[in-house]
Amino acid sequence: MTQPPDQTAPSRLALAHVSKSFPGVKANQDISLSVRPGEIHALLGENGAGKSTLVKIIYGVQRADEGGISFDGRPVEIASPKAARKLGIGMVFQHFSLFDGMTVLENIALGLDETVPAEELKARIRAILDSYSLPLDPDREVHTLSVGERQRIEIVRCLLQKPKLLIMDEPTSVLTPQEVERLFETLRQIAREGCSILYISHKLHEIKALCEAATILRGGKVVATCDPRIETTRRMAELMIGAELKHLQRPSGGGKAGAARLSVDKLDMPGEPPFGTSLKGVSFSAQAGEILGIAGVAGNGQAELLMALSGEHLAGQPDAIRLDGRPIGLANAGARRAAGLACVPEERNGHAAVPEFTLAENVVLTARHRLPLAPSGLIRQGPVEAYAKDVIARFDVRITGPGALAGSLSGGNLQKFIMGREIGQKPDVLVVAQPTWGVDAGAAAAIRQALVDLAAQGSAIVVISQDLDELLELSDRLCVINEGRLSQARPVAGLKLEEIGLMMGGVHGESHVAEPAHV
Amino acid sequence: MTAAILVSIFMTLAAAATPILLAALGELVTEKAGVLNLGVEGMMLCGAVAGFAVAYSTGSVALGLIAATLAGVAAAMIFALLTLGLGSNQVATGLALTIFGIGASSLIGAGFVGRTITRLGPLFPADYAAHPWLRLVFGHDAIVYLSLALVLAVSLFLRRTRAGLILRAVGENADSAHAIGYRVLAIRTAATAFGGALAGLGGAYFSLALTPMWADRLTAGRGWIALALVVFAAWKPGRLLIGAYLFGAVATFELQAKAAGWSFIAPEVLAMTPYLATIVVLTMMSLGRRTGGRDAPACLGKPFPAS
Ligand SMILES: Nc1ncnc2c1ncn2[C@@H]1O[C@H](COP(=O)(O)OP(=O)(O)OP(=O)(O)O)[C@@H](O)[C@H]1O
Ligand SMILES: [Mg+2]
Repeated sequence: MTQPPDQTAPSRLALAHVSKSFPGVKANQDISLSVRPGEIHALLGENGAGKSTLVKIIYGVQRADEGGISFDGRPVEIASPKAARKLGIGMVFQHFSLFDGMTVLENIALGLDETVPAEELKARIRAILDSYSLPLDPDREVHTLSVGERQRIEIVRCLLQKPKLLIMDEPTSVLTPQEVERLFETLRQIAREGCSILYISHKLHEIKALCEAATILRGGKVVATCDPRIETTRRMAELMIGAELKHLQRPSGGGKAGAARLSVDKLDMPGEPPFGTSLKGVSFSAQAGEILGIAGVAGNGQAELLMALSGEHLAGQPDAIRLDGRPIGLANAGARRAAGLACVPEERNGHAAVPEFTLAENVVLTARHRLPLAPSGLIRQGPVEAYAKDVIARFDVRITGPGALAGSLSGGNLQKFIMGREIGQKPDVLVVAQPTWGVDAGAAAAIRQALVDLAAQGSAIVVISQDLDELLELSDRLCVINEGRLSQARPVAGLKLEEIGLMMGGVHGESHVAEPAHV
Repeated sequence: MTAAILVSIFMTLAAAATPILLAALGELVTEKAGVLNLGVEGMMLCGAVAGFAVAYSTGSVALGLIAATLAGVAAAMIFALLTLGLGSNQVATGLALTIFGIGASSLIGAGFVGRTITRLGPLFPADYAAHPWLRLVFGHDAIVYLSLALVLAVSLFLRRTRAGLILRAVGENADSAHAIGYRVLAIRTAATAFGGALAGLGGAYFSLALTPMWADRLTAGRGWIALALVVFAAWKPGRLLIGAYLFGAVATFELQAKAAGWSFIAPEVLAMTPYLATIVVLTMMSLGRRTGGRDAPACLGKPFPAS
């Protein structure tokens, strides 16, 4: 079965001089690349470099202004996703194309071009789930699923069409390490069967582990190609940003145990039915000047914990949550912000920002409590724009200006803006989920640096993340959330990756991953 | 004799329910595709006047019904052109469509005020419905049967067919549907046209079956009831049927009460009861469910492409 890729066969996919402009930006300029059959090819680049735009052109979602595409050696015209699928191109989007109110089965059926009777489709789905050992229940509604499960829907959708080229746009940005391992096995199996994969990710060590070739974009142009198996991650990051990568600067004089700023005491909260996780006796405290990391496999109560801290769900007791000693368990989100507790949820579009609002308007939404942006209820346009511009400049958000709609930003750029908006308010306590989700290496380093700097000024920071490397780099102490319970926090210095892996995955993680598809 | 009275009450009830059921069913399909067309009342009036005009001039009620359906579609297409084609605001355009419908029907109907036609009769020959109870089954006109069949058809279409699935998908997440490769605007236009057709037909039921005589603003706000029904029925055809017949029942009660000369309830309050009762019962129905707001199509009323 396993054959080395045939060097003489025509390229599975070849792009020649593809260009695409949006009003005000040249998203792609003169891009040429080729992908061999069975090759896993990485597409690298900073946020806004034009990666998503390029693959959307290949999948027929967008039309190139110039340039040509050939597939299996023949020049082709890809006018629509349907045409792309007909050629054998499948795509998993950065933002999933799923329908929340519908079942997994319906979502998959919608991704097919022909009508398949429900029973037969179910059988075919089950065959795929089995052969790639992916756990997924076809009858669940999408809004009840975890991100990893949602992604499996997209993958199954593609696999049902027996693709020759699979495009994956940042598939791992929201997955747990275990889920990533699982995904990689699936992808390797798909590639062995002869399907080429075009793979976009900001996580360079993943690229090293998975891909055989890489094309690097910057500002919409190809700036380099390389073999990621040979290149170091650092070198690839520098090729991407076109400059040297900065190391995280920690303030001197570590071991700074300040007063507890945020303390949570035996917080209980029922999870939202039907699939939420209940928080059970969660206790922790975050001290001035420290970054507390919370690790854990997704769906173990992270979302609930964030909502409980942000004030979207109120704790039963006022003193279950204290900010600088003051009980705030019953204060709503606005009151908590005013008191100095800021939160950044995981989902940036729709939860952390209103996609239909401009960046300036999005500033007002969360910053008005701390900054004099709307005293007496009237919005002061000048200071709002100034603040938005300041965030844009400080966090290097690549857009036209504060008047841009949040929804028009590339994923990483919006994340940078949201982080900047909260950090710029100098909150006493900042709780963030997945601070660098989908952010490129250079910008991720900048965000982490800003978090460290904020802590150095005396704020307490809680980082909820599934990215262990990030948590180990950032945090002073680390704890693990598992089935709604939080472990004791342990100092990160001297803690080994495997130890945490055991703490978080251990029994639960394994059973979660090995769980067979429900029927 | 009481059986005969009960049956005749039910006949009135079904007749009162049918136009609302039709219009609401059309709007349900439109909304399932993500289009909020508040112009139901206007489309009904267009259908009512077109149906009456054609039936009066040709003497054929059937032709009138066809004309009414086409008029409803035409009105809906104005809406589709403005909102889907040119991206205007759906709420404002829908309101404008209602105002347009009121005006247009007054204008066209001016020459017909007070004229009468022979109304749409029962579908089956009279001897089928000789017995009161048989009348319950066989005594209705064709549109009543059609409306019931349509409830079943729409329900099956939405739940069981691929086209229905795609239509719901477009209303649930237009961006995703587009990304997968469905023609969002074409699907929405078709759904809007279907809504217009049923609203037109529902409107014609007033002028061709209920009151075989033209009067200004004949539909008397029933289009708004249809709109509210869709929401309270949680976008489910079955519930829509219950809601429409409930409305019909209370409206019939109101008529009976008036006829019986009950003076201890103010006539204004009586006139209010159908609307009130419908809303109260359907609210209770929606309170009984835990799902809250997840029934509405997630993209309802949102323009595509978003800009
Ligand atoms: N529909 C659009 N309209 C206008 N500009 C757009 C549109 N889509 C993308 N852009 C712009 O094109 C550029 C490239 O965006 P793209 O989404 O391809 O970046 P990316 O490399 O995928 O970034 P990220 O890593 O953050 O996802 C950006 O400047 C972006 O703002
Ligand atoms: Mg992207």
